[in-house]
Amino acid sequence: MKPEDIKRPENKVYSKPELLNDNPMHYCPGCSHGVVHKLVAEVIKEMGVENDTIAVAPVGCAVFAYKYIDVDWIEAAHGRAPAVATAAKRLNPERLVFTYQGDGDLAAIGTAETIHAANRGENIAIIFINNAIYGMTGGQMAPTTLEGQKTATTPYGRRIDLNGYPLKISDLLAQLEGTCYVTRQTVHTPASVRKAKAAIRKAFENSMAGKGTSIVEVVSTCNSGWKMSPEKANEWMVENMVPFYPLGDLKNE
Amino acid sequence: MKEEITLMKGNEAIAHAAVRYGVDGYFGYPITPQSEVLETLEALMPWETTGMTVLQAESEVASINMVYGGAATGKAVMTSSSSPGISLMQEGMSYIAASELPALVVNVMRGGPGLGTIHPSQSDYFQATKGGGHGDYHYIVLAPATVQEMADFVGLGFDLAFKYRTPALLLADGVVGQMMEKVVLPPQRPRRTEKEIRKQCPWAASGDSRGRKPNIITSLELDSAQMEKNNERFQQTYHLIEQNEVRYQEYYTDDCEYLFVAFGSIARICLKAIEDARAAGLKIGLLRPITLWPFPYGRISELAEKMKGILVVELNAGQMIEDVRLAVEGRVPVKHYGRMGGIVPNPGEILEAFNSYILKK
Repeated sequence: MKPEDIKRPENKVYSKPELLNDNPMHYCPGCSHGVVHKLVAEVIKEMGVENDTIAVAPVGCAVFAYKYIDVDWIEAAHGRAPAVATAAKRLNPERLVFTYQGDGDLAAIGTAETIHAANRGENIAIIFINNAIYGMTGGQMAPTTLEGQKTATTPYGRRIDLNGYPLKISDLLAQLEGTCYVTRQTVHTPASVRKAKAAIRKAFENSMAGKGTSIVEVVSTCNSGWKMSPEKANEWMVENMVPFYPLGDLKNE
Repeated sequence: MKEEITLMKGNEAIAHAAVRYGVDGYFGYPITPQSEVLETLEALMPWETTGMTVLQAESEVASINMVYGGAATGKAVMTSSSSPGISLMQEGMSYIAASELPALVVNVMRGGPGLGTIHPSQSDYFQATKGGGHGDYHYIVLAPATVQEMADFVGLGFDLAFKYRTPALLLADGVVGQMMEKVVLPPQRPRRTEKEIRKQCPWAASGDSRGRKPNIITSLELDSAQMEKNNERFQQTYHLIEQNEVRYQEYYTDDCEYLFVAFGSIARICLKAIEDARAAGLKIGLLRPITLWPFPYGRISELAEKMKGILVVELNAGQMIEDVRLAVEGRVPVKHYGRMGGIVPNPGEILEAFNSYILKK
């Protein structure tokens, strides 16, 4: 059998999402961002809203998200994506508007914007990558860094007496009247990737339907920041992060 | 709505003018002495008439980033605040300038520094005209002296912002914000349609990307060679604005031997002082910059040729005087009379300062 005999449309079971362009990604091999980007690109295309989308990029590792997914993007200041998205959606209510943010952006510097956008019930979706570390700036402590976790600014491990507790912001957001859907997912196995994709789809559909604010937290790996192999990072995440950040829907209305 | 002659506060006039101009969105946070802008807009309920969005944000930081988000989609959006709130907005204001977005920011200045006072001041001149936030950028800065100008400069600010694709700042003071005067409100203009926005703002991240490549609004560029080019493009825009948009008003400059330079509310008190001085035979004129950036360096330089002395009167410790001195280049004495902390001098005090600093009496 020749390669040409195999490369036939009827044999095709998978392809790169159409909206994911060929710009070389800056993400480290093993990082969860690449998978989540792929899911976002797939969901937008499957919903048929690629010409009706305003995406908001954060400051952090995903600052260049706009280089990879071919929709309209606004690159927000650090932490302000929910405020940017608030105006984008209110002034363009027929669009899909979502933010894509990391833990430092969403749960530290942008806590006020996150809480208030969600509490107003802005019809936006928030994709929240929680990898418990600041990847872009070189692995410093994040609001979600676990107790005892070593980072560049907690070189002996996060100490509660010095640094306070890891912030379960999704639990907090689930308490707000303005949120309609808050879920916590991972993308470390094929099964979890499929679940995460369904969650993103639901969040995007909620935005289009005007149901309120949806948050999809993706408990993620940062193998470079954690100084582990990708495989080891997945194991560490399952053993340490998932028990503290339990998976599943926190709210689904 | 037709043209309407009415009596109202400067802050209220801004709100009415915004609705009548066809502004798409206002995002703000209460702070004295400008809260009437947001209050008036909420009372007018323009979302029921023109479809304008009005939102009380959780902070000035959120407000300015909402302006950034709205402007990025090609909409005509604005915010208003007063000095401490404008300080909080500086990062976002830098982003808006760097992303080449049209938008309008209103600062009804109060006395500082710090929490300062709720009383009027002009102590944000440096912040407004020299950048304020980080990086090399300018806002087109309009300084209203009347309630009429508060209304008129909303439209002018947006027109200039969209013409040059750069933000504008309406720099008022607490006096102009709070005082009531007669004002002619313009007739209602319709908000731009989606089609018109698409034509006017082909760069906008409106979400409707049919028939075009995706639009990206960002101020980030890690390639230094490209970032320098971006900066050069900003500077070209600023240069064009400096050439075309300098605005000022002159009073009694045909025959004057001395010149006052003042902006905003204090310019009107200077005018009264000048009229009193003229009655006593002293020939003083007034130049009132309307655009603080671009600054009328050229006209002040021309006038300086025939002056015996120039007094810069401001509600601050001496800020605009630096620009006046740059224009005058040491040819004649340039002195400053300023009051701070919310104190507004009367015409007599201004003339006393003139006598003492310029006439050396």
